[in-house]
Amino acid sequence: MATSELKHDPRIDPATGEYRVIAPGQTFRSITEKISRIVLTPETPLGWFAIFAVGGALATMLMVALTWLFLKGTGIWAISQPVAWGFAIINFVWWIGIGHAGTLISAILLLFKQSWRNSINRFAEAMTIFAVVCAGMFPLIHTGRPWLAYWMLPLPNTMNVWPQFRSPLMWDVFAVSTYATISVVFWYIGMVPDFGTMRDRAESKYAQYIYGLCALGWRGSVRHWSRYETASLLLAGLATPLVLSVHTVISFDFAVAVLPGWHTTIFPPYFVAGAIYSGFAMVLTLAIPLRKFYHLEGLVTERHIDNMGKVMLATGFIVAYGYGMEVFMAWYSASHWEAFMMWNRMFGPMGWSYWVLITCNLAIPLTTLWSRKLRTSIPFMFFISIVVNTGMWFERFVIVVTSLYRDFLPSSWGTYRATKWDYAVYAGTLGLFTALFLLFVRFLPMIPMSEIRMMLPGAKITAKATATEAGD
Amino acid sequence: MPAREGTYGLLAEFDTPGDLVRAARQARQDGWRRMDCYTPYPVEEAAEAIGFHRNKVPLLTLTGGLMGLTAMFLLETWISVWAFPLNIGGRPLYSWPAFIVPAYEWTILFAGLSAAFGMLALNGLPSLYHPLFNAPNFRNGATTDKFFLCLEALDPKFDLVEAKRYLESFQPVSVVEVEY
Repeated sequence: MATSELKHDPRIDPATGEYRVIAPGQTFRSITEKISRIVLTPETPLGWFAIFAVGGALATMLMVALTWLFLKGTGIWAISQPVAWGFAIINFVWWIGIGHAGTLISAILLLFKQSWRNSINRFAEAMTIFAVVCAGMFPLIHTGRPWLAYWMLPLPNTMNVWPQFRSPLMWDVFAVSTYATISVVFWYIGMVPDFGTMRDRAESKYAQYIYGLCALGWRGSVRHWSRYETASLLLAGLATPLVLSVHTVISFDFAVAVLPGWHTTIFPPYFVAGAIYSGFAMVLTLAIPLRKFYHLEGLVTERHIDNMGKVMLATGFIVAYGYGMEVFMAWYSASHWEAFMMWNRMFGPMGWSYWVLITCNLAIPLTTLWSRKLRTSIPFMFFISIVVNTGMWFERFVIVVTSLYRDFLPSSWGTYRATKWDYAVYAGTLGLFTALFLLFVRFLPMIPMSEIRMMLPGAKITAKATATEAGD
Repeated sequence: MPAREGTYGLLAEFDTPGDLVRAARQARQDGWRRMDCYTPYPVEEAAEAIGFHRNKVPLLTLTGGLMGLTAMFLLETWISVWAFPLNIGGRPLYSWPAFIVPAYEWTILFAGLSAAFGMLALNGLPSLYHPLFNAPNFRNGATTDKFFLCLEALDPKFDLVEAKRYLESFQPVSVVEVEY
């Protein structure tokens, strides 16, 4: 009975029995029209302005909070002894983790020839870049004297001082700066053919000029396409080990320190899986309102939502394994300090944060994402995406704060209570991210047109159609 | 300013990638060499039809990656051993395992930049002018939904009347002359 129902569902492709990647009945011209019109229309939707106003206001608050921070120093935050790493590091790890799904979608799924990713890769990459912008800011402002940040670079200077390359914090500088650079390059190169389309479809002189400059003179020569495809594949092949290395290096910031709760070898894989988990959640948080608002249900279909749900289920279980292994090692290591840290993390005065984490990351998503019905229910997936984003933020909170606030000597135990400036900076980066993302949606093609064209039935070439007189 | 005057080539427009590939393959068999196809998305078969099988982007990427690796590893070694030796817990100055991480990142950085900018350079991009944009139907189709074959005037076989008749034998939507 269930199968016959599925057969009559127009959203399901009868050939595969899966949800369709893109809705039937699209042509090269119709998808080009649909995607480029969002950008080229002179009318900006009112809803766009409304959300931009909120994002812009929060971003302005960020500027105020940063100004005050630079005037007063990091003392306006809650960081002190023993909790010397607070919101800045939590937010840094959270934001950069969110960025990872963008690279995963654009690079790893490209290498695995998962063509369903084509609809969502552009805005997932944009999400990566804006998340890295927010993330990269935190270590800089956390140093307290960001105007001296260039000391981290190996530059000749009159003090004759050079960076110390044995420190994971130094590795971080290279990992994150490489990640930001390669993400921007990958994103831009991906957009060049679409800029060509925008140039040719724009009606205003001004838009033609700007998009024309961005398109770099792209004209779709097959020689160019051939090199372009090679370069894209190579960039994807390079971005894959890069994205795995970035969160690995970030986990080294913790794992290399000799501190119960941080000093574990499980951190690199568990950080990377957590990054992908939260990143896919953020892609859903962005994609679900976007497809509704811009009527892109035919291009970002239930299949995408369903597949992202499956990826989240898989990475969620890796994360669950990580949590389980931490608890197991706390007991198995027979280290008094490890055992106390874990007990304190679960049942100490800040134990609530651990249970928020378990509820949001394990209890809710890992029990419900098994059901295809729930995975293709749009409101439910939006809800799950918010839950997982919250859970992943608390994971970093738990790792940073609950490992620090009760250290080896009871006389130095303390607590952590974030100040209004901590919250202002965090909310401010959410606003900055929203504002940047809205600008992207308004001015750049958010779905890669050239890659969608490749997936249409009209792009198939049969041997018969191309047979020449002499034969091959 | 156009660099030259006269005819750049003849541009035939097709509706489907199959028609384009058939025409390009036939033209190659008939001895045409100076030609190119223009498509709104990568059509591998068309590149092969005009005899474009491999490119130098992978070589550039490898070279870039090796340069990044060498540069960073030597920089770290020079700084840690000679320029600014620091005793960190009695560990050796030449502590190469710790140097791997930044060297690894720079391998990827330089390889990625070489792939992207190398691809653009080999394509002759950015370029502000190209004669094809003078064709009336090119901009409305080449980046949207049409497939083009251009026989260039530089080909020794090129003769305006003959080549036009030749292209029309493939039943294209149109054949237009492109000026420099």
